[in-house]
Formats: sequence, structure tokens, C-alpha cells
Amino acid sequence: MGVRYGEPVLLSGNEAVAYGALAAGARFYAGYPITPSTEVAEVMSIELPKVGGKFIQMEDEMASLGAVIGASLAGLKSFTATSGPGFSLMQEHVGYASMAEVPCVIVDVMRGGPSTGLPTKTSQGDVMQAKYGSHGDYPSVAIAPSSVLECYTLTVKAFNFAEKYRVPVIILSDEVVGHMREKVVLPAPEELEIVDRAKPDVPPEWYRHYQETPTGVSPMANFGEGYRFHVTGLTHDRLGFPTSRTDETMALMEKLESKTIRNARDLTLIEEYQMEDARYCILAYGSVARSAKAAVKILRQSGVRAGLMAPKVLWPFPRTPVENMLNHVTLVLVPEMNAGQLRKEVERLCHSPTRKVLGLNRQDPRMISGEEIAVRLQQLRMRKKTRPGGARYNG
Amino acid sequence: MAENSTPIEKTKPFHEWLRAKKNFPHVWCPGCGLGVVLGASIRAFDKMGYKKNETVLVSGIGCTGRIPVYVDCNTLHTTHGRALTFATGIKLANPDLKVIVFMGDGDALAIGGNHFIHAARRNIDLTAIVVNNYIYGMTGGQHSPTTPLGMRASTAIYGNMEPPFDACALVQAAGATFVARTTVFHTLHMEKMIVQGMQHKGFSMIEIISNCHTAYGRLNKLGDHIDMLKAMRDNSIMLGPKVDQEKARETGKTYVLGVLHEDTQRPEYCDAYEELVVAKARGSA
Repeated sequence: MGVRYGEPVLLSGNEAVAYGALAAGARFYAGYPITPSTEVAEVMSIELPKVGGKFIQMEDEMASLGAVIGASLAGLKSFTATSGPGFSLMQEHVGYASMAEVPCVIVDVMRGGPSTGLPTKTSQGDVMQAKYGSHGDYPSVAIAPSSVLECYTLTVKAFNFAEKYRVPVIILSDEVVGHMREKVVLPAPEELEIVDRAKPDVPPEWYRHYQETPTGVSPMANFGEGYRFHVTGLTHDRLGFPTSRTDETMALMEKLESKTIRNARDLTLIEEYQMEDARYCILAYGSVARSAKAAVKILRQSGVRAGLMAPKVLWPFPRTPVENMLNHVTLVLVPEMNAGQLRKEVERLCHSPTRKVLGLNRQDPRMISGEEIAVRLQQLRMRKKTRPGGARYNG
Repeated sequence: MAENSTPIEKTKPFHEWLRAKKNFPHVWCPGCGLGVVLGASIRAFDKMGYKKNETVLVSGIGCTGRIPVYVDCNTLHTTHGRALTFATGIKLANPDLKVIVFMGDGDALAIGGNHFIHAARRNIDLTAIVVNNYIYGMTGGQHSPTTPLGMRASTAIYGNMEPPFDACALVQAAGATFVARTTVFHTLHMEKMIVQGMQHKGFSMIEIISNCHTAYGRLNKLGDHIDMLKAMRDNSIMLGPKVDQEKARETGKTYVLGVLHEDTQRPEYCDAYEELVVAKARGSA
């Protein structure tokens, strides 16, 4: 493949996502050009034909994710990449892949929104869309890388989750991570854990495409392998045939929901930095986690016991680790490049009136710097000391 | 395949291809043309010698979208209008599979219009069967992109004011390399057209004129399904050795039936990908 493993290379985040997908075994890409994600498509169009994979540029984003789901049903690990406006169009098929339980990966390199917004500038505005974007209740899995190396390793992880749990997995990259160039040493695919979908171990006449299992995940046959089955976006029974029976509908909805609940521990991935004795926690993700780490270093130098909690898997939200963290700190600062989408998730878990969950929110073209986070935390500390219970300061 | 002479031999393909586990009767209204389309399709699969394990039926949303679920092969019921995108992914991922796509007129030409023309432009080896009943049947009779001018629908109760698409002309202009039209009255002709479409390498589209007496027929006082089938018979002209398209049009009949366009020169998408892209990419690696 077109990248060297085990030695330093200079890569952008988008390129690293593409090489991560290839390392994970992705052999199908369908996409539609959109800034700031297009580099993923460009690399895939060059690399996939070399390894026997297929690349196709579709007529829009709905078509892209449709083709990805079709290719996945035919047995190839498949993915697409887009940004906010395209991600909005894809929501129809995010719901379809969730309902029909088709593994696939969707890379959303976030840019300023709503609507066409700021095409070449960064944002984290799609966090809630990644959770609730499609209609109905469905299991959402979203991963936010914060460095070029993580773009590589977490893309592999995303494919593993998709294959393991038969869900669409969303990689919430952002313009800063996607276009940032870093020197990285990529581990070779052989050194990584690669998960493939579980195959049925029963003869075709016994096969149920949506068999109940303890993990909530059914083994999956591909089209053309002799296991003939029906796939639909309609509410279906265990064979995949449409149903509107109460018991079968309830069983299906519980099966879908249980995937992220029963497997919550496996779906938790958090980086912690200086959290052991921290009184103040900065909870950040994506490119902002990098700035937050710098802020922790600055604050520690001036004697402030600050720490960083950086969830890599945003959905399902890491409820237990965040609740534990809330028991040990007096203030949580959630810096985000949106109006406070993930902060609200943390607030929901904070039941103590003496602990504060506060935000630092930017919705302009600039990213949040480490100094900015450090200054804001210092201000909030002082404010908290002088005016307990005073006005909440959400930036 | 052996000649179908006895009744048992005639029904054999249906027992072979219909799903034993799926409950019948089907969802369609009594007299609907979709059962005829399903029957002709199964006879066509049988004639082509398709294997159930390597056949994939893909459909969109609507009455026509319910065809695949009854057939015992790999079946995929997708979202409204997007059947061709899923089919494109399947075919490109595994070109050995035979992929047949069932769509209605609203499905293929309104919400899926963009995917329809682009699948034709790519000339990817899919067989698209568009069942045209001039109306949205499942939602209760709203006007579709093929509803003729002046005809009534539940959302065009004063008469349809939008000029309709000709699906065959549209898809031919977009680059489809096999275009045919038939009706549910001409069942054996339909079977022949589907077989030819499946034999053709490249994007083939077969428009099947069908009857929706429940909505379209009722709103426009066209009678029951028998009356509508008779109208199809009376308003059709079939292309043949002595009737070319020009002559057929001169007769003034509404439906010109037969193969309207065939082009065997344009490269098929999956082949082109192997020849033009994979070969060069491997050369540069």
C-alpha cells in the first residue's frame, strides 16, 4: 500500500483515516466530494484498485451510503467520508443500516454549520446529529480522534466495532484533525487487532439473519454465500420478514437498543491525563482534546490541580466513568467548538449542587487554544471562590 | 430448460423460487398487475438458469417494493428511490451476482430520479424493472412523474397539470444500453423482455405498464382491472420485423412495446473498472 509502516511519515488526518481503513481491511469506498473530507476519497481512489478493492464516486451522499450498505451486504468492509451537509443527507441510510444491522463506517469531518456554514473551517457541531440524526431510536456509535495517529488507530477500531456489533459507526473527525499534518509512525496492519463479522455456524435452512444471542449481535452471512435471507428497513422478525406484531416489534427494538447497553464496557475508550489528583477536570474530545492537554500542562505549572478526561468514543456516552469523575472533582470545564452539545450530557449526570459543569464554546472559524482554556479555568476557579452559587458562566 | 408442457412443469419454477417460509397471500390488491410481474420474473429467472444463491433482488418503497420478499433468493428491500444505489454497491462488490432491481414509477423517476439517470450513465450491469402504474398506489393515489396531463389523482383532483416523463426516453438519453417497454397484459412478451434485459450486459431498463384500478382507475373512471387490461391491449402496438418505431408511432397508439434501444458497444462499468482502473493502478504500484 502507498504508505510505510514502522517508520516516521508525514500525514494529514484524512490521509491517516484512509490508511487506517485499508489496514482494517476496507475494500469498498463510495463517496461524494465535500470539503474538508475529500482527501479520504482521493487516497481511496488511488489505493483501493491496487489491493483488489472497489472505489466509486456516487451522485450524492444518499447514494454513497446506499452503495456502501449494498457492498457490505455483499461481504466487503465498506465506508464513506463526508462533512456536515453530506452527513445530513446520509441520515436516511444511517437509520437503515441501524435497522437492517449492516456494518459500515461513516467518516464525518466536521465543519462549521448549520447549512453550508463554514466549509473550510473547523467545528464540532455534529455531535448530537451523530447520536440522534436519523428518525426513531437506534444504537449510535461515534468515535472522535484528536491526532493523526488516532485517525489511523481509531479508524481501525471503528471498523472493528462495526463488524463486531453490526452497526454503522461514525468517525467524528473535524477540519483541524483532518487537515493537520503530523509526523507519525503507523503500526503495520499485522500488529493491530482486526475484527471480522461473525459468520453463521448453522446450515442455511436453520439460518436466521437476526438470531437472538446473549450479546444482542447475530452472526451474519453475506449475499451470494448460500444463506438466502431478506433485508428490509421495515420492522422485521428474526428472519428479516416485515412484521407489525407487538411482540416481534418490541423484541426488535430491544435487540437494537441492547447492543450499546450490553456492550458498554467494550465501547468505552477514554484517555486520562493527570486525573489522579485532579480537582478540576477538563473534558474534551477531538482536536480540542489536544488544546486541553496543553491547558492542563500550563495550569499544573502554576500549581492548579487540573486534569484531562478525553473520551474517544462519544456515543454511547461513557456514563459510568464520567459519573465516577464527577465524584472527585469540584468543577468540570467542557470546551467545545459548538454551543455545548456534549456538555449537556455531562450536566445530566451531575446531581450535586456544589459541583459545576461549565462550558467554553466557540462557534467561529478559530479553534480553541490551550491558553484560552487555561485562562478560562483560572477565571472560573476565582469566580467560584468569590461567588459561590453565582451566575453560571457558559462562555 | 425443458418445454413447459404439463401444468406441473409450468408451476415448477414457482414452487422452486417462491419462499416457503413467507406467508401468502401477498399485500397487493386483487387484480393488481404486480403479481403478473412477479410471475413473469420468476419464469425469466428459470429460463435464464439463474441460481437462487447468486441472484439478488433489490427494491425500493411502494407496492412494487414488496416484490422481492416473496422470492427465495438474496432479497433487499431498501429506502424510497435508492434501490439502484444499493444495487450498484452489491454489483460492484461482487460482479458475479445477478442483480435485478424492482421499482415503481414514483420510486424510480421522482425520489430516485437522480440515481436512475446516473446508474444508466454508468452502464453498470443491472436489470431495472420499472413498473409504471401512473400513480402512487401505496399512499392512496397521488400523482406521480408519469401521470398523464389532465388525469386525476388524490393530490390532483382538478386534473394533473404537470407534463409526465417518458421513462424509456429518459433512461435512453441518460445512457442505458437496453431499453424495452411491455405491459402486464402481454405476459409472455413481458417475460421475453425481462429475459432479454437480463441477457444484456450493461444497464437494462424494462418499463412495464401496469394497472392500479384501486386508485388510478377509480379516480379516472377507467373501470376495473379487466377494463384497464383491455385498454392496454387496445392501445398498444408491438415492434416487429415489419413495424419499426417510426411506423409504430404513426399508428397513434399510446404504448409502443418491444426493445426500443440496444447498444452493445459501450463498456460495462464493472468491466471498465477492471480494465481502465485496476490495470493501471497495479501497473503503478
